[in-house]
Amino acid sequence: MENLMATLKAQIVEQLNLQEVKPEDIGDDMPLFKDGLGLDSIDALELIVLLQQHYRIRIANPEKGPEIFHSVRTIADFITAHQQQNN
Amino acid sequence: MDSSGLNITGSVVIRNNRICRNDVVIWKTTEDQPLPDFLRAAYDHFSGQYPKFHKMDHLSKLGWLGAEVLLQHRPFTGYAPEQVGLILANRSASLDTDLRYFDSIKEFPSPALFVYTLANIVMGEISIRHGFKGENAFFTSDTYDEQFLMNYTKQLLEEGAVSAVLCGWVEVMGSEYEVILHQVEK
Repeated sequence: MENLMATLKAQIVEQLNLQEVKPEDIGDDMPLFKDGLGLDSIDALELIVLLQQHYRIRIANPEKGPEIFHSVRTIADFITAHQQQNN
Repeated sequence: MDSSGLNITGSVVIRNNRICRNDVVIWKTTEDQPLPDFLRAAYDHFSGQYPKFHKMDHLSKLGWLGAEVLLQHRPFTGYAPEQVGLILANRSASLDTDLRYFDSIKEFPSPALFVYTLANIVMGEISIRHGFKGENAFFTSDTYDEQFLMNYTKQLLEEGAVSAVLCGWVEVMGSEYEVILHQVEK
């Protein structure tokens, strides 16, 4: 889980072009939107692309987006659960 | 007051990796520096406080930077947001970004690129940064027709639609770019 979260942070910084943020600046439980990292709706779309591109995961239910993309930890939990389901 | 009868209170020209404000070179890098590096260096020099800059396409970065250089020096103060207009023009519209987006769809279409596939997004970025909410228009033409833009600006001012205007030319296509912006006030 720790490795996955570290990888995700690096991928988020690269995919979202966060040039003034280092992966280590992103806390495991830091909210990614609003007062946390301050991501916006376009960034949310980029996160969906990130999941598809790197983890072959499609978000079947868009209403679950806010829950899945709340923090790096919730994304990692989602990926882990998805991978366990498919094994 | 210039020959068109407009009160031009500031101008900026960005080309050949030089930034001139009111006919004085205020910052430059080597002419062979690639555009992305020039834009990043100029951002670091003049701002460094607006992370969204890094997500913009080249057209928006150039327009944003031109506006920043002008308005840091002489802000549009004393005007209601609805009284500040933006009139811009260029030759290539958003083609530079359209081609990058087209390239991205061969794998995964990039939402971040897609939102810049309209020429007038640069005006949105400038408006968000400076809080402008007035009349705006974006024209495309083969060459920079200053007379046309000044006439349009003059008409807006005379009609009372706006009291101040940022107008000019923001062009980019590949490594070729040029920015000419004027501040016009009543």
